[in-house]
Amino acid sequence: MGAQRAKVADVVVRTRVNGEWREAEVWPGASLLAFLREQLGLFGSKNACEQGECGSCSVWLDGALVCSCLVLAAQANDREVRTVEGLTDAGRLHPVQEAFVEAGAVQCGFCTPGFVVAVADLLEKDASPSPATVREALSGNICRCTGYAKILDAVNLAAARLLERT
Amino acid sequence: MDVFLPRSLEEALAMKAERPEAVPLAGGTDLMVELNFGRLRPPAIIDLTRAAELATHRQEDGHVFLGAGVTYAAIVNELPGFKPLVQASRSVGSPQIRHRGTVGGNLGTASPAGDALPVLAAYDAEVVLRSQARGERSMPWHAFLMGPKKTAIAPDELIVGARWARIRGPGSFSKIGTRNAMVIAVAGLCLVIDEDHRRVNVALGSVGPTIIRATPAEEQISSAMASSGAWQDPSTAVSEQVIDEFAELVASAARPLDDVRGTAAYRRHGCRVLARRSLAWALSERRLPTWL
Ligand SMILES: Cc1cc2nc3c(=O)[nH]c(=O)nc-3n(C[C@H](O)[C@H](O)[C@H](O)COP(=O)(O)OP(=O)(O)OC[C@H]3O[C@@H](n4cnc5c(N)ncnc54)[C@H](O)[C@@H]3O)c2cc1C
Ligand code: FES
Ligand code: FES
Repeated sequence: MGAQRAKVADVVVRTRVNGEWREAEVWPGASLLAFLREQLGLFGSKNACEQGECGSCSVWLDGALVCSCLVLAAQANDREVRTVEGLTDAGRLHPVQEAFVEAGAVQCGFCTPGFVVAVADLLEKDASPSPATVREALSGNICRCTGYAKILDAVNLAAARLLERT
Repeated sequence: MDVFLPRSLEEALAMKAERPEAVPLAGGTDLMVELNFGRLRPPAIIDLTRAAELATHRQEDGHVFLGAGVTYAAIVNELPGFKPLVQASRSVGSPQIRHRGTVGGNLGTASPAGDALPVLAAYDAEVVLRSQARGERSMPWHAFLMGPKKTAIAPDELIVGARWARIRGPGSFSKIGTRNAMVIAVAGLCLVIDEDHRRVNVALGSVGPTIIRATPAEEQISSAMASSGAWQDPSTAVSEQVIDEFAELVASAARPLDDVRGTAAYRRHGCRVLARRSLAWALSERRLPTWL
Protein backbone atom coordinates (compact mmCIF):
# COMPACT_ATOMS: atom_id res chain seq x y z
CA MET A 1 0.00 0.00 0.00
CA GLY A 2 2.82 2.41 0.92
CA ALA A 3 4.51 2.08 -2.48
CA GLN A 4 1.24 2.52 -4.30
CA ARG A 5 0.50 5.62 -2.30
CA ALA A 6 3.87 7.14 -3.11
CA LYS A 7 3.17 6.93 -6.83
CA VAL A 8 0.10 9.15 -6.92
CA ALA A 9 -0.02 12.85 -6.32
CA ASP A 10 -1.31 13.92 -2.93
CA VAL A 11 -4.15 16.31 -2.28
CA VAL A 12 -4.18 19.04 0.33
CA VAL A 13 -6.95 18.72 2.87
CA ARG A 14 -7.84 21.55 5.22
CA THR A 15 -10.23 20.74 8.03
CA ARG A 16 -11.25 22.35 11.29
CA VAL A 17 -10.39 19.70 13.86
CA ASN A 18 -11.47 20.25 17.48
CA GLY A 19 -11.80 23.96 16.79
CA GLU A 20 -8.46 24.43 15.06
CA TRP A 21 -7.84 24.60 11.28
CA ARG A 22 -5.42 21.87 10.27
CA GLU A 23 -3.97 21.27 6.83
CA ALA A 24 -1.95 18.41 5.41
CA GLU A 25 -1.17 16.57 2.21
CA VAL A 26 -2.72 13.17 1.94
CA TRP A 27 -3.12 10.33 -0.56
CA PRO A 28 -6.34 11.15 -2.51
CA GLY A 29 -7.91 7.81 -1.57
CA ALA A 30 -7.14 8.14 2.15
CA SER A 31 -9.89 8.04 4.73
CA LEU A 32 -10.53 10.75 7.29
CA LEU A 33 -9.36 8.21 9.88
CA ALA A 34 -5.99 7.82 8.16
CA PHE A 35 -5.74 11.61 7.84
CA LEU A 36 -6.42 12.14 11.55
CA ARG A 37 -3.99 9.46 12.68
CA GLU A 38 -1.19 9.57 10.13
CA GLN A 39 -1.17 13.20 9.06
CA LEU A 40 -2.41 14.99 12.17
CA GLY A 41 -1.06 12.60 14.80
CA LEU A 42 -4.43 12.26 16.50
CA PHE A 43 -4.32 8.63 17.59
CA GLY A 44 -7.47 8.63 19.70
CA SER A 45 -9.69 7.43 16.87
CA LYS A 46 -8.78 3.78 16.37
CA ASN A 47 -8.47 1.71 13.25
CA ALA A 48 -9.86 -1.77 13.77
CA CYS A 49 -11.97 -2.85 10.82
CA GLU A 50 -11.90 -0.07 8.20
CA GLN A 51 -15.36 -1.18 7.12
CA GLY A 52 -17.81 0.63 9.35
CA GLU A 53 -18.53 -2.37 11.53
CA CYS A 54 -16.81 -1.60 14.82
CA GLY A 55 -17.24 2.11 15.51
CA SER A 56 -13.78 2.48 17.05
CA CYS A 57 -13.06 5.31 14.58
CA SER A 58 -16.21 7.30 15.49
CA VAL A 59 -15.94 11.10 15.22
CA TRP A 60 -18.31 13.98 14.58
CA LEU A 61 -18.37 15.41 11.06
CA ASP A 62 -20.30 18.69 11.02
CA GLY A 63 -21.93 17.52 14.22
CA ALA A 64 -23.03 14.09 12.96
CA LEU A 65 -21.63 10.88 14.45
CA VAL A 66 -19.85 8.99 11.66
CA CYS A 67 -17.23 6.31 11.11
CA SER A 68 -14.14 8.25 10.05
CA CYS A 69 -12.88 5.18 8.18
CA LEU A 70 -15.79 5.59 5.73
CA VAL A 71 -15.26 9.29 5.05
CA LEU A 72 -12.79 10.21 2.33
CA ALA A 73 -10.33 12.68 3.87
CA ALA A 74 -11.02 15.09 1.01
CA GLN A 75 -14.74 15.00 1.87
CA ALA A 76 -13.87 16.61 5.20
CA ASN A 77 -12.16 19.53 3.43
CA ASP A 78 -13.58 22.83 4.76
CA ARG A 79 -15.69 20.93 7.23
CA GLU A 80 -15.72 20.64 10.99
CA VAL A 81 -14.46 17.48 12.69
CA ARG A 82 -14.58 16.75 16.40
CA THR A 83 -12.63 13.79 17.74
CA VAL A 84 -12.32 12.09 21.11
CA GLU A 85 -9.33 14.35 21.80
CA GLY A 86 -11.72 17.30 21.64
CA LEU A 87 -13.75 16.03 24.60
CA THR A 88 -11.23 16.84 27.32
CA ASP A 89 -11.47 20.31 28.74
CA ALA A 90 -8.09 21.84 29.71
CA GLY A 91 -6.69 18.39 30.42
CA ARG A 92 -9.75 17.34 32.42
CA LEU A 93 -11.53 14.20 31.34
CA HIS A 94 -15.06 14.51 29.99
CA PRO A 95 -17.73 13.11 32.36
CA VAL A 96 -18.29 10.21 29.94
CA GLN A 97 -14.59 9.36 30.09
CA GLU A 98 -14.60 9.56 33.88
CA ALA A 99 -17.63 7.30 34.01
CA PHE A 100 -15.90 4.71 31.80
CA VAL A 101 -12.90 4.68 34.16
CA GLU A 102 -14.99 4.48 37.31
CA ALA A 103 -17.41 1.84 36.06
CA GLY A 104 -14.57 -0.41 34.90
CA ALA A 105 -15.85 -0.20 31.32
CA VAL A 106 -12.32 -0.25 29.90
CA GLN A 107 -10.38 -3.47 29.46
CA CYS A 108 -7.98 -3.48 26.51
CA GLY A 109 -9.29 0.00 25.74
CA PHE A 110 -9.26 -0.31 21.98
CA CYS A 111 -12.98 0.28 21.57
CA THR A 112 -13.11 2.93 24.30
CA PRO A 113 -12.58 6.14 22.29
CA GLY A 114 -15.31 5.12 19.85
CA PHE A 115 -17.71 4.25 22.64
CA VAL A 116 -16.91 7.47 24.51
CA VAL A 117 -17.69 9.52 21.40
CA ALA A 118 -20.91 7.59 20.70
CA VAL A 119 -22.06 7.90 24.32
CA ALA A 120 -21.23 11.62 24.43
CA ASP A 121 -23.21 12.03 21.21
CA LEU A 122 -26.18 10.16 22.67
CA LEU A 123 -26.20 12.13 25.93
CA GLU A 124 -25.96 15.44 24.10
CA LYS A 125 -29.20 14.53 22.32
CA ASP A 126 -31.01 12.62 25.04
CA ALA A 127 -30.05 13.39 28.64
CA SER A 128 -31.81 10.38 30.14
CA PRO A 129 -32.08 7.71 27.45
CA SER A 130 -34.06 4.53 28.00
CA PRO A 131 -32.12 1.23 28.03
CA ALA A 132 -33.45 0.46 24.54
CA THR A 133 -32.31 3.85 23.26
CA VAL A 134 -28.84 3.28 24.70
CA ARG A 135 -28.55 -0.10 23.00
CA GLU A 136 -29.73 1.31 19.72
CA ALA A 137 -27.35 4.27 19.95
CA LEU A 138 -24.40 1.97 20.63
CA SER A 139 -25.31 -0.65 18.03
CA GLY A 140 -22.52 0.56 15.77
CA ASN A 141 -19.78 0.04 18.36
CA ILE A 142 -18.22 -3.32 19.10
CA CYS A 143 -16.31 -4.33 22.23
CA ARG A 144 -14.55 -7.68 22.33
CA CYS A 145 -13.59 -7.56 26.02
CA THR A 146 -16.16 -6.25 28.43
CA GLY A 147 -19.35 -8.03 27.46
CA TYR A 148 -20.98 -4.56 27.44
CA ALA A 149 -22.49 -4.72 30.96
CA LYS A 150 -19.94 -2.29 32.39
CA ILE A 151 -20.22 -0.07 29.36
CA LEU A 152 -23.96 0.22 29.99
CA ASP A 153 -23.17 0.97 33.66
CA ALA A 154 -20.83 3.71 32.48
CA VAL A 155 -23.56 5.22 30.32
CA ASN A 156 -25.93 5.36 33.29
CA LEU A 157 -23.26 6.86 35.51
CA ALA A 158 -22.35 9.47 32.90
CA ALA A 159 -25.99 10.34 32.33
CA ALA A 160 -26.55 10.81 36.07
CA ARG A 161 -23.43 12.99 36.43
CA LEU A 162 -24.34 15.16 33.47
CA LEU A 163 -27.88 15.62 34.78
CA GLU A 164 -26.52 16.65 38.20
CA ARG A 165 -24.45 19.34 36.54
CA THR A 166 -27.35 20.99 34.78
CA MET B 1 -6.01 9.36 -8.41
CA ASP B 2 -7.87 12.67 -8.66
CA VAL B 3 -10.49 13.87 -6.25
CA PHE B 4 -13.09 16.40 -7.32
CA LEU B 5 -15.20 18.37 -4.86
CA PRO B 6 -17.98 19.93 -6.97
CA ARG B 7 -20.18 22.45 -5.13
CA SER B 8 -23.35 21.76 -7.09
CA LEU B 9 -25.03 19.06 -9.12
CA GLU B 10 -24.33 21.04 -12.28
CA GLU B 11 -20.60 21.08 -11.53
CA ALA B 12 -20.66 17.39 -10.68
CA LEU B 13 -22.36 16.58 -14.00
CA ALA B 14 -19.79 18.63 -15.90
CA MET B 15 -16.99 16.68 -14.21
CA LYS B 16 -18.70 13.35 -14.91
CA ALA B 17 -19.05 14.37 -18.58
CA GLU B 18 -15.36 15.17 -18.78
CA ARG B 19 -14.24 12.16 -16.75
CA PRO B 20 -16.81 9.39 -17.29
CA GLU B 21 -14.48 6.89 -15.59
CA ALA B 22 -14.64 8.90 -12.34
CA VAL B 23 -16.51 7.18 -9.53
CA PRO B 24 -19.18 9.16 -7.67
CA LEU B 25 -18.88 9.12 -3.89
CA ALA B 26 -21.82 9.89 -1.61
CA GLY B 27 -21.84 8.62 2.00
CA GLY B 28 -18.97 6.24 1.27
CA THR B 29 -20.48 3.42 3.31
CA ASP B 30 -20.13 1.04 0.37
CA LEU B 31 -17.39 2.69 -1.67
CA MET B 32 -14.91 3.48 1.12
CA VAL B 33 -14.83 -0.17 2.15
CA GLU B 34 -13.74 -1.07 -1.39
CA LEU B 35 -11.12 1.68 -1.29
CA ASN B 36 -9.83 0.80 2.19
CA PHE B 37 -9.39 -2.84 1.21
CA GLY B 38 -7.66 -2.05 -2.05
CA ARG B 39 -10.40 -3.68 -4.12
CA LEU B 40 -11.00 -0.45 -6.01
CA ARG B 41 -8.48 2.06 -7.32
CA PRO B 42 -10.53 4.46 -9.44
CA PRO B 43 -8.64 6.97 -11.57
CA ALA B 44 -10.84 9.70 -10.11
CA ILE B 45 -13.50 10.26 -7.45
CA ILE B 46 -16.28 12.85 -7.54
CA ASP B 47 -17.60 13.78 -4.10
CA LEU B 48 -21.35 14.42 -4.20
CA THR B 49 -21.86 15.52 -0.62
CA ARG B 50 -21.61 19.23 -1.47
CA ALA B 51 -24.26 19.09 -4.21
CA ALA B 52 -27.10 20.43 -2.09
CA GLU B 53 -29.76 19.63 -4.75
CA LEU B 54 -29.14 15.93 -4.22
CA ALA B 55 -29.87 16.13 -0.50
CA THR B 56 -33.42 17.44 -0.94
CA HIS B 57 -36.85 15.85 -1.05
CA ARG B 58 -40.16 17.34 -2.03
CA GLN B 59 -43.78 16.49 -2.67
CA GLU B 60 -45.56 17.89 -5.69
CA ASP B 61 -48.88 17.02 -7.34
CA GLY B 62 -49.29 13.67 -5.70
CA HIS B 63 -45.68 12.72 -6.37
CA VAL B 64 -42.71 12.39 -4.08
CA PHE B 65 -39.15 13.14 -5.12
CA LEU B 66 -36.37 11.78 -2.92
CA GLY B 67 -32.92 13.12 -3.76
CA ALA B 68 -30.10 10.60 -4.18
CA GLY B 69 -28.10 12.29 -1.43
CA VAL B 70 -30.75 12.10 1.29
CA THR B 71 -29.32 10.05 4.16
CA TYR B 72 -31.18 7.37 6.10
CA ALA B 73 -30.97 9.58 9.19
CA ALA B 74 -32.65 12.42 7.27
CA ILE B 75 -35.40 10.08 6.06
CA VAL B 76 -36.10 8.96 9.63
CA ASN B 77 -36.24 12.58 10.84
CA GLU B 78 -37.90 14.31 7.93
CA LEU B 79 -40.22 11.83 6.22
CA PRO B 80 -42.24 10.24 9.03
CA GLY B 81 -45.26 9.94 6.72
CA PHE B 82 -43.51 7.29 4.63
CA LYS B 83 -43.57 4.47 7.14
CA PRO B 84 -42.10 1.62 5.06
CA LEU B 85 -39.25 3.87 3.90
CA VAL B 86 -38.60 5.01 7.48
CA GLN B 87 -38.67 1.42 8.74
CA ALA B 88 -36.18 0.34 6.08
CA SER B 89 -33.96 3.34 6.82
CA ARG B 90 -34.00 2.66 10.55
CA SER B 91 -32.89 -0.90 9.90
CA VAL B 92 -29.77 0.12 7.98
CA GLY B 93 -26.47 -0.46 9.81
CA SER B 94 -25.95 1.72 12.86
CA PRO B 95 -26.38 5.42 13.71
CA GLN B 96 -22.94 6.09 12.20
CA ILE B 97 -23.91 4.38 8.93
CA ARG B 98 -27.33 6.06 8.78
CA HIS B 99 -25.77 9.50 9.16
CA ARG B 100 -23.81 8.97 5.94
CA GLY B 101 -25.50 6.28 3.85
CA THR B 102 -27.87 7.47 1.13
CA VAL B 103 -30.62 6.03 -1.02
CA GLY B 104 -28.63 7.07 -4.11
CA GLY B 105 -25.75 4.93 -2.84
CA ASN B 106 -28.12 2.02 -2.22
CA LEU B 107 -29.30 2.34 -5.84
CA GLY B 108 -25.75 2.79 -7.13
CA THR B 109 -24.53 -0.34 -5.37
CA ALA B 110 -27.64 -2.25 -6.50
CA SER B 111 -27.11 -5.05 -4.02
CA PRO B 112 -30.07 -7.43 -3.79
CA ALA B 113 -29.79 -6.81 -0.02
CA GLY B 114 -30.15 -3.02 -0.32
CA ASP B 115 -32.88 -2.27 2.19
CA ALA B 116 -34.27 0.86 0.51
CA LEU B 117 -34.78 -1.04 -2.74
CA PRO B 118 -37.80 -3.23 -1.87
CA VAL B 119 -39.52 -0.07 -0.63
CA LEU B 120 -38.86 1.76 -3.90
CA ALA B 121 -40.07 -1.33 -5.76
CA ALA B 122 -43.28 -1.55 -3.72
CA TYR B 123 -43.87 2.17 -4.36
CA ASP B 124 -43.39 1.53 -8.13
CA ALA B 125 -40.71 4.22 -8.05
CA GLU B 126 -38.80 5.60 -10.99
CA VAL B 127 -35.09 6.28 -10.82
CA VAL B 128 -34.19 9.75 -12.07
CA LEU B 129 -30.86 10.07 -13.89
CA ARG B 130 -29.20 13.12 -15.37
CA SER B 131 -26.28 13.87 -17.66
CA GLN B 132 -24.88 17.14 -18.90
CA ALA B 133 -25.27 16.11 -22.55
CA ARG B 134 -28.77 14.61 -22.55
CA GLY B 135 -30.45 16.11 -19.49
CA GLU B 136 -32.82 14.13 -17.35
CA ARG B 137 -34.41 10.76 -17.96
CA SER B 138 -36.19 8.37 -15.66
CA MET B 139 -36.93 4.70 -15.76
CA PRO B 140 -38.86 2.24 -13.60
CA TRP B 141 -36.85 0.74 -10.72
CA HIS B 142 -36.81 -2.69 -12.40
CA ALA B 143 -35.29 -1.29 -15.58
CA PHE B 144 -32.63 0.49 -13.53
CA LEU B 145 -31.72 -2.53 -11.37
CA MET B 146 -30.49 -4.91 -14.05
CA GLY B 147 -28.98 -7.54 -11.80
CA PRO B 148 -26.74 -7.98 -8.78
CA LYS B 149 -24.58 -4.84 -8.64
CA LYS B 150 -25.56 -3.96 -12.19
CA THR B 151 -27.55 -0.87 -13.16
CA ALA B 152 -28.66 0.90 -16.34
CA ILE B 153 -26.77 4.11 -15.57
CA ALA B 154 -24.67 5.58 -18.42
CA PRO B 155 -21.03 6.49 -17.75
CA ASP B 156 -21.70 10.22 -17.92
CA GLU B 157 -24.81 10.12 -15.73
CA LEU B 158 -25.51 10.59 -12.06
CA ILE B 159 -28.48 9.36 -10.07
CA VAL B 160 -30.51 12.42 -9.13
CA GLY B 161 -33.05 10.57 -7.01
CA ALA B 162 -36.19 8.46 -7.00
CA ARG B 163 -39.75 9.55 -7.69
CA TRP B 164 -43.05 7.85 -7.06
CA ALA B 165 -46.76 8.57 -6.99
CA ARG B 166 -47.81 8.91 -3.39
CA ILE B 167 -49.76 5.84 -2.28
CA ARG B 168 -52.64 6.14 0.16
CA GLY B 169 -52.79 3.17 2.50
CA PRO B 170 -50.90 1.26 5.19
CA GLY B 171 -47.67 -0.61 4.65
CA SER B 172 -44.43 -1.76 6.24
CA PHE B 173 -40.88 -2.90 5.67
CA SER B 174 -39.48 -5.79 7.67
CA LYS B 175 -36.38 -7.90 7.44
CA ILE B 176 -34.84 -11.02 8.92
CA GLY B 177 -31.31 -11.10 10.26
CA THR B 178 -29.24 -12.30 13.17
CA ARG B 179 -29.31 -9.08 15.17
CA ASN B 180 -31.55 -6.05 15.61
CA ALA B 181 -28.90 -3.78 14.13
CA MET B 182 -25.92 -3.93 11.78
CA VAL B 183 -27.35 -6.74 9.78
CA ILE B 184 -27.46 -7.58 6.11
CA ALA B 185 -30.94 -8.98 5.55
CA VAL B 186 -31.40 -12.71 5.02
CA ALA B 187 -34.80 -11.76 3.64
CA GLY B 188 -36.55 -8.39 3.42
CA LEU B 189 -40.10 -7.53 2.47
CA CYS B 190 -42.05 -4.37 1.79
CA LEU B 191 -45.83 -4.53 1.60
CA VAL B 192 -47.90 -1.51 0.64
CA ILE B 193 -51.67 -1.33 0.33
CA ASP B 194 -52.87 1.07 -2.35
CA GLU B 195 -56.42 1.97 -1.34
CA ASP B 196 -57.12 4.10 -4.41
CA HIS B 197 -56.17 1.43 -6.93
CA ARG B 198 -57.28 -1.44 -4.69
CA ARG B 199 -53.97 -3.19 -4.97
CA VAL B 200 -51.48 -4.78 -2.62
CA ASN B 201 -47.83 -4.38 -3.64
CA VAL B 202 -45.22 -6.77 -2.29
CA ALA B 203 -41.49 -6.54 -2.97
CA LEU B 204 -38.77 -8.88 -1.74
CA GLY B 205 -35.10 -8.20 -1.06
CA SER B 206 -32.12 -10.52 -0.42
CA VAL B 207 -33.89 -13.52 -1.90
CA GLY B 208 -32.88 -13.30 -5.55
CA PRO B 209 -30.37 -11.70 -7.91
CA THR B 210 -32.28 -8.44 -7.63
CA ILE B 211 -35.44 -7.08 -6.02
CA ILE B 212 -38.52 -9.18 -6.84
CA ARG B 213 -42.17 -8.17 -6.94
CA ALA B 214 -44.42 -11.06 -5.88
CA THR B 215 -46.95 -10.38 -8.64
CA PRO B 216 -49.04 -13.60 -8.36
CA ALA B 217 -49.43 -13.01 -4.62
CA GLU B 218 -50.37 -9.35 -5.23
CA GLU B 219 -53.07 -10.41 -7.68
CA GLN B 220 -54.40 -13.15 -5.43
CA ILE B 221 -54.83 -10.93 -2.37
CA SER B 222 -56.14 -7.94 -4.31
CA SER B 223 -58.85 -9.99 -5.98
CA ALA B 224 -59.69 -11.95 -2.80
CA MET B 225 -60.25 -8.61 -1.07
CA ALA B 226 -62.41 -7.49 -3.98
CA SER B 227 -64.66 -10.55 -3.91
CA SER B 228 -65.09 -10.45 -0.13
CA GLY B 229 -65.90 -6.74 -0.16
CA ALA B 230 -62.86 -5.95 2.03
CA TRP B 231 -61.86 -2.98 -0.11
CA GLN B 232 -65.10 -1.13 0.61
CA ASP B 233 -65.35 -2.30 4.20
CA PRO B 234 -62.03 -2.63 6.04
CA SER B 235 -63.73 -4.47 8.89
CA THR B 236 -64.45 -7.46 6.59
CA ALA B 237 -62.28 -10.33 7.77
CA VAL B 238 -59.77 -11.83 5.35
CA SER B 239 -59.87 -15.59 5.86
CA GLU B 240 -56.93 -17.59 7.18
CA GLN B 241 -57.02 -19.64 4.01
CA VAL B 242 -56.58 -16.53 1.85
CA ILE B 243 -53.71 -15.35 4.06
CA ASP B 244 -52.05 -18.79 3.85
CA GLU B 245 -52.33 -18.78 0.07
CA PHE B 246 -50.92 -15.29 -0.05
CA ALA B 247 -47.93 -16.22 2.12
CA GLU B 248 -47.32 -19.31 -0.01
CA LEU B 249 -47.40 -17.29 -3.24
CA VAL B 250 -44.98 -14.73 -1.79
CA ALA B 251 -42.60 -17.53 -0.74
CA SER B 252 -42.74 -19.10 -4.19
CA ALA B 253 -41.90 -15.76 -5.84
CA ALA B 254 -38.52 -15.77 -4.08
CA ARG B 255 -35.50 -17.06 -5.98
CA PRO B 256 -33.08 -17.54 -3.09
CA LEU B 257 -29.64 -19.11 -2.97
CA ASP B 258 -27.75 -20.85 -0.19
CA ASP B 259 -25.01 -18.66 1.17
CA VAL B 260 -23.15 -17.90 4.39
CA ARG B 261 -26.05 -15.89 5.76
CA GLY B 262 -28.75 -18.48 5.20
CA THR B 263 -30.00 -21.39 3.17
CA ALA B 264 -32.44 -20.99 0.30
CA ALA B 265 -35.06 -22.93 2.24
CA TYR B 266 -34.70 -20.68 5.28
CA ARG B 267 -34.93 -17.56 3.15
CA ARG B 268 -38.06 -18.82 1.46
CA HIS B 269 -39.57 -19.62 4.82
CA GLY B 270 -38.58 -16.13 5.96
CA CYS B 271 -40.56 -14.64 3.08
CA ARG B 272 -43.59 -16.70 4.09
CA VAL B 273 -43.41 -15.43 7.67
CA LEU B 274 -42.78 -11.81 6.68
CA ALA B 275 -45.66 -11.96 4.19
CA ARG B 276 -48.15 -13.20 6.78
CA ARG B 277 -47.06 -10.69 9.38
CA SER B 278 -47.00 -7.67 7.13
CA LEU B 279 -50.37 -8.49 5.64
CA ALA B 280 -51.85 -8.91 9.12
CA TRP B 281 -50.35 -5.57 10.24
CA ALA B 282 -51.66 -3.78 7.18
CA LEU B 283 -55.14 -5.26 7.47
CA SER B 284 -55.42 -4.28 11.10
CA GLU B 285 -54.15 -0.80 10.29
CA ARG B 286 -56.86 -0.49 7.67
CA ARG B 287 -59.39 -0.92 10.45
CA LEU B 288 -57.75 1.92 12.42
CA PRO B 289 -56.37 4.04 9.62
CA THR B 290 -53.37 5.73 11.28
CA TRP B 291 -51.86 6.22 7.81
CA LEU B 292 -54.44 8.81 6.81
C1 LIG C 1 -21.36 -1.38 8.58
C2 LIG C 1 -22.30 -1.27 7.42
C3 LIG C 1 -23.61 -1.67 7.56
C4 LIG C 1 -24.48 -1.58 6.48
N1 LIG C 1 -25.77 -1.99 6.65
C5 LIG C 1 -26.64 -1.90 5.62
C6 LIG C 1 -27.99 -2.29 5.78
O1 LIG C 1 -28.43 -2.70 6.87
N2 LIG C 1 -28.82 -2.20 4.71
C7 LIG C 1 -28.38 -1.72 3.50
O2 LIG C 1 -29.17 -1.63 2.57
N3 LIG C 1 -27.10 -1.35 3.33
C8 LIG C 1 -26.23 -1.42 4.35
N4 LIG C 1 -24.93 -1.05 4.17
C9 LIG C 1 -24.50 -0.62 2.84
C10 LIG C 1 -24.57 0.89 2.58
O3 LIG C 1 -24.64 1.61 3.79
C11 LIG C 1 -25.79 1.26 1.74
O4 LIG C 1 -25.78 0.57 0.52
C12 LIG C 1 -25.87 2.77 1.47
O5 LIG C 1 -27.13 3.08 0.95
C13 LIG C 1 -24.79 3.28 0.51
O6 LIG C 1 -24.94 4.67 0.38
P1 LIG C 1 -23.68 5.64 0.35
O7 LIG C 1 -24.22 7.02 0.19
O8 LIG C 1 -22.81 5.43 1.52
O9 LIG C 1 -22.97 5.13 -0.97
P2 LIG C 1 -21.48 5.23 -1.51
O10 LIG C 1 -20.64 4.23 -0.82
O11 LIG C 1 -21.02 6.64 -1.50
O12 LIG C 1 -21.72 4.78 -3.02
C14 LIG C 1 -22.21 3.51 -3.34
C15 LIG C 1 -22.25 3.31 -4.84
O13 LIG C 1 -23.22 4.14 -5.44
C16 LIG C 1 -22.62 5.03 -6.36
N5 LIG C 1 -23.33 6.30 -6.19
C17 LIG C 1 -23.64 6.93 -5.02
N6 LIG C 1 -24.37 8.03 -5.26
C18 LIG C 1 -24.53 8.12 -6.61
C19 LIG C 1 -25.20 9.04 -7.48
N7 LIG C 1 -25.88 10.09 -7.01
N8 LIG C 1 -25.14 8.81 -8.80
C20 LIG C 1 -24.48 7.74 -9.31
N9 LIG C 1 -23.85 6.83 -8.53
C21 LIG C 1 -23.87 7.01 -7.20
C22 LIG C 1 -21.16 5.08 -6.01
O14 LIG C 1 -20.37 5.38 -7.11
C23 LIG C 1 -20.94 3.66 -5.52
O15 LIG C 1 -20.77 2.79 -6.59
C24 LIG C 1 -24.03 -1.10 5.24
C25 LIG C 1 -22.70 -0.67 5.10
C26 LIG C 1 -21.85 -0.75 6.19
C27 LIG C 1 -20.43 -0.28 6.03
S1 FES D 1 -12.46 1.22 11.93
FE1 FES D 1 -14.11 2.44 11.29
S2 FES D 1 -15.79 1.29 11.96
FE2 FES D 1 -14.14 -0.04 12.42
S1 FES E 1 -12.24 -3.00 26.00
FE1 FES E 1 -11.24 -4.28 24.59
S2 FES E 1 -12.50 -4.09 22.82
FE2 FES E 1 -13.62 -3.04 24.32
